[in-house]
Order: sequence, then structure tokens, then C-alpha cells
Amino acid sequence: MTLTEKILARHSGRASVQPGDNIWVDVDVLMTHDVCGPGTIGVFHQNFGRQAKVWDRDKVVIIPDHYIFTADAMANRNVDVLRAFVAEQNLPHFYDVGTERYKGVCHIALPEEGHTRPGEILLGTDSHTCTAGAFGEFATGIGNTDAGFVMGTGKTWLKVPPTLRFVFHGELPPYLMAKDLILAVIGDIGCDGATYMAMEFDGDGVYCLNIEERMTLCNMAIEAGGKNGIIRADQKTVDFVKSRDKSAKPFVVEQSDSDAPFAREWVYDVTKLRPVVAKPHSPDNRAYVDEIQGTPIDRAYIGSCTGGKMTDFRAAARILNGHSVKIDTFVVPATTEIARLLKTERIDGGQTLEEIFLNAGAKIGEASCAACLGGPSDTFGRLNSAIKCISTTNRNFPGRMGHKQAEVFLASPLTVAASALRGSITDPREYLS
Amino acid sequence: MNLSTIIQGKAYVLGDNIDTDQIIPAQYLTFNPSIPEEYKMFGKYALAGVPPAQGGLPKGHIPLHGPANEFVSPYSIIIAGRNFGCGSSREHAPVALDAAGIKAVVAEFYARIFFRNSVNGGYLIPLESVKRLCETVCTGDELRLDAIAGRLENLTSNETYELKPLGEVAPILEAGGVFPYARAKGLLKA
Ligand code: SF4
Repeated sequence: MTLTEKILARHSGRASVQPGDNIWVDVDVLMTHDVCGPGTIGVFHQNFGRQAKVWDRDKVVIIPDHYIFTADAMANRNVDVLRAFVAEQNLPHFYDVGTERYKGVCHIALPEEGHTRPGEILLGTDSHTCTAGAFGEFATGIGNTDAGFVMGTGKTWLKVPPTLRFVFHGELPPYLMAKDLILAVIGDIGCDGATYMAMEFDGDGVYCLNIEERMTLCNMAIEAGGKNGIIRADQKTVDFVKSRDKSAKPFVVEQSDSDAPFAREWVYDVTKLRPVVAKPHSPDNRAYVDEIQGTPIDRAYIGSCTGGKMTDFRAAARILNGHSVKIDTFVVPATTEIARLLKTERIDGGQTLEEIFLNAGAKIGEASCAACLGGPSDTFGRLNSAIKCISTTNRNFPGRMGHKQAEVFLASPLTVAASALRGSITDPREYLS
Repeated sequence: MNLSTIIQGKAYVLGDNIDTDQIIPAQYLTFNPSIPEEYKMFGKYALAGVPPAQGGLPKGHIPLHGPANEFVSPYSIIIAGRNFGCGSSREHAPVALDAAGIKAVVAEFYARIFFRNSVNGGYLIPLESVKRLCETVCTGDELRLDAIAGRLENLTSNETYELKPLGEVAPILEAGGVFPYARAKGLLKA
């Protein structure tokens, strides 16, 4: 069996499963946020009754992150719905806005707060829940109805997906990041290339990546239509998980059998890749930076669950250090923990990352999803007119970051930072000597 | 949410990769679909993110809503190309189409979460066509759909198109969603 099949089999009480099997599984963690939480809670109350209790208080995690720093009354009402539910159910894992506990983007908050463990099943009301596959678990996004069902029963039905395997060999050169790898994969297989399938990332090229870069790989599995992305846990994973999980829950580390049936396999030599962008309006609209170098850009955006982690900001700072941006540049840390680190971590003992960004002329926003998905019109960094933006986020469908006619290019933090300095799409190799 | 498996009505035609941001743009996600007055609002903004030239093919520039009703559309069946509903997991997407009066979508294939949400929430019937129909059917054509028999008739052009079987999700759709299905199966207390 593949890693994904083993996890699903164990959670359905079977010795083995095969792709295509419909199974009922026990869920380990259910996550929801401010956009889908109110609907999920509504479904839960309608179907289980006003007095009903969630199946396991300790397994429900609620992380408001999408529409946070806005004057929009409805958006703020939705956070109140979450608060009322948390109080009613006495839920311990709630990261409320305006408190010390506020975190920011759920997919980054989950591992930081110790809610991701190898071998588990994590479901979330957000398509990028697949990010947590980086910890060797089965993680996927579901809707409100499914989440309401899980809330009441702890179970859901799943169809076992076939697994596609992507093997990376070699060590990433300094001008490439995991974002380039995943954009290359999506360019190869298309944004429907993994529909209904698991994407397993494997090979020495993956295990030399740090945890955050592995999260970037799994994060964009959904942009290829994947049900989940997954990477076998290694010592780095186990060390990270143990350092974060205060509950010290036991977990199971598994891997695909050597004769596991993969539906298809792709092999990449990462040392031969060049920086990649996805042009408007689809994440599979791949081009190499050197092919469209010089394309004028109006705005740069560095943030989100894909490109707003410390590794992303270190990379951007390496390029921006000592230079000035030519275009509006927005920096949005994914979580409050990352926002704090931007103020303390220094490059080569010199300026902090935050100082480097501010001195380069970038604006820094507060931890949240911000303009990654447009949001209410007063959202930080939102594209309110038909401009061109280069962004470290994950989607560039029409209207994704705000205006329907705006054009979004997706790229690595290195490429976005280099492009911000020139005001046009720029190869990061020009700034990395 | 009573799902009829025989549906007659007008076609609204879209292209490939209609993602959830086009089906219901993020700025409208602040409505709560479990409150009936707010559910209605999703109908108003259904497909608000589709660039005008790509709405109502082959001509384009045909809005989903007529002048008579800003919430409910005169069209009841969407015909689309590949990868319908890709993007986010927001259940607001099938909710918006349901609230706008769409009873079924016939696409070449779906993004997984949209398909699952449509079935489990019992909002609409997501069917897959055997052949690509978004360049055959025209917006406004009168269609008759039999979801269980897997047949779509175009009463305007007198053509019949084959659909793929619904398979294992048929009983969930016939029950009206995963909750009624699980109750009927004894998986949940009634
Ligand atoms: S940062 Fe963007 S992609 Fe990630 S959860 Fe928020 S809106 Fe979704």
C-alpha cells in the first residue's frame, strides 16, 4: 500500500484498502475558520440539535484567519458566531482575534500549535488543508456539510484515491525554492492533473528541504486538483512535531511499501530547473522567468499559507537587503509568531527582516490571509483595480486577489522580491551573487 | 433540499476551469449560508466572478440573472467544460448555484471538493457528459435531463447527449444529501 492508503486503512479499521474503495474513517482533527465555521456550526445545530455537543472537544480546532482586519460588519459577525460556539461547547483550541492567542493563517497555525502529527487524518473547511500532508498525515479540505457531519460524529466517508508519486533528486540551488518545484509540477500535469488523486512527494530532493518548504509543496497539491499532498515523516518531521505538540500524543510514522502501486510517477532533477512563474489566469499556465523577463508589473505581494512563512521572508530579505522596491510591495506574515520573528531575526547580524522590508519601501500587514483571496474592499494589499501583481500566493484565477480584470503572476518569494526591485518580472539570479 | 432527478429548463453555458472564485467571489462569503435570508443573497451573486465575455456562451455577455428577478435565474441547467468548481473548498459555491435556481450542472468533469459538496449538501446534481457539450449547447436552449437514466435531451436542437452514470453517489443524491442518507441507513439517529 501507499502511505495514503495505509493511513486510510488504519482509520477505517481495515487491514488494507484499494483506490476506489468507499470507506468510513475516524477523523483525528477537524479545523474550521471564520469563513466556513458559521455555516458548519449551522449544519451541526440543524442536524444534531441545539443542545448537541461536538464529538470530541479536544479534536476541534477553530482558527479565524480570513477576514480579520476589516470594518466589514458581516465578517466581524462571523467571528462572533465562532466565539459563541466555542463558549457553548467549551472548546479548548480556539485562536480568537484580538487576544494573545490570535494566530493568523490556519494552515501555518495548525503545526505551530501542535495540531499536526504523522499518521493522522486532519480535515479542514479549507482547500489548502492539504498543507499538513507535509507532516506525513492525510489532510484534505471539505465543505460545511461534511464538516458539520464530522463535528457530530467524528466520521466521514472517503473514496480511497490512487497515488501519483513525484520524486525529486538533488539539492535545490540557492535561486530555487519549493514554490518553483510545485509550479513546475502543476505546469507539467495541469490544474486538473491530480483530480481525485493523492500526490506523494519523495526523493532526497524533498528530504533535504526544511519543514516549511515541504509545506509549500503539499500546500499547492490542490492547485493540481489533488485530494491530498503527502510526504513521509523523517527525523526532521518528528523533531518538529515533538517540539510543538504540548499534548505529546503518540503518533504512527508510516511509509509507502517498496512495491506500492503508484498510478504514475514523475522524476525531477532539481538542479536542472529554472525559476518558474504561473502566468494569469491559472496556476498551470507555466513559464520560466527567463522567458518572460521584463514583463512590467504594478505590485508585489509576499504572504499567504504558501509564501508567508519564515523561509519565504528570509529568501525575500536576501534579495531586498539594501535595495529599494520600484513598485508597491506588500508583506503579510502568515501568523503572529512569524510577525514577531520578523522583528527579531537578523540577516548576518545586521538589520532585522522587518527593517530590511521597511527600508526597502515595502509595507507590512498584520498576520492573516489578507489579499490572497481578495476579501472585503478594505483588505490590506487587495487588488482594487485592473493592475498586474506578482505574488507568492497559490491561485491566480480571475478575481482571486480582488479585481476581476487584475492579472496575477505566481512565483517564489525570491522571484517576487527581485521583480519588486525592478518593477518587472526579474530572475532572482540577477541579485544573488 | 428536494432533488428531482428529472429536470426541464433552460441551459446556461460556461467554459473550462470555472473556479469557485468565479462562482461566488470571496467578498460575498461573509453571508452565512445556514441563515435563510442570507442563503438567498448567494443566489444574487452566483457567477458574479465570471468575466462577462465568458458568461452565457457561445455569444457571451449574457448575465445569469434576467431583469425580472435579481436572486433567481431563468436558467436551471449549467453546461460547462473541464474541471468545474476548482479552487477553494467553499460550500458557498454549490449553495450559490442552488440559491440561483440551478438544479443540475453538466460538465466534462469536476474538481473533487465541489462535486462532493454538491452531493453531500444535496444542492444540485453534478453530472458528467461523455462528450464535450459546452461548444454544442447554446445558452437559452431548452433541455430535459434524466439524471438516473443518464440522458440529456436538447429540445431546441433535437439532439440527445449521453451522460456518465452517477455511480455510488446516486443514493446520496436521491436521499437529498449525506445527512438524510446517513439517517436512512441507520448511521445517524433519526
Ligand atoms: S492564505 Fe490564502 S490560500 Fe491560504 S488559507 Fe488564507 S486565503 Fe486560503
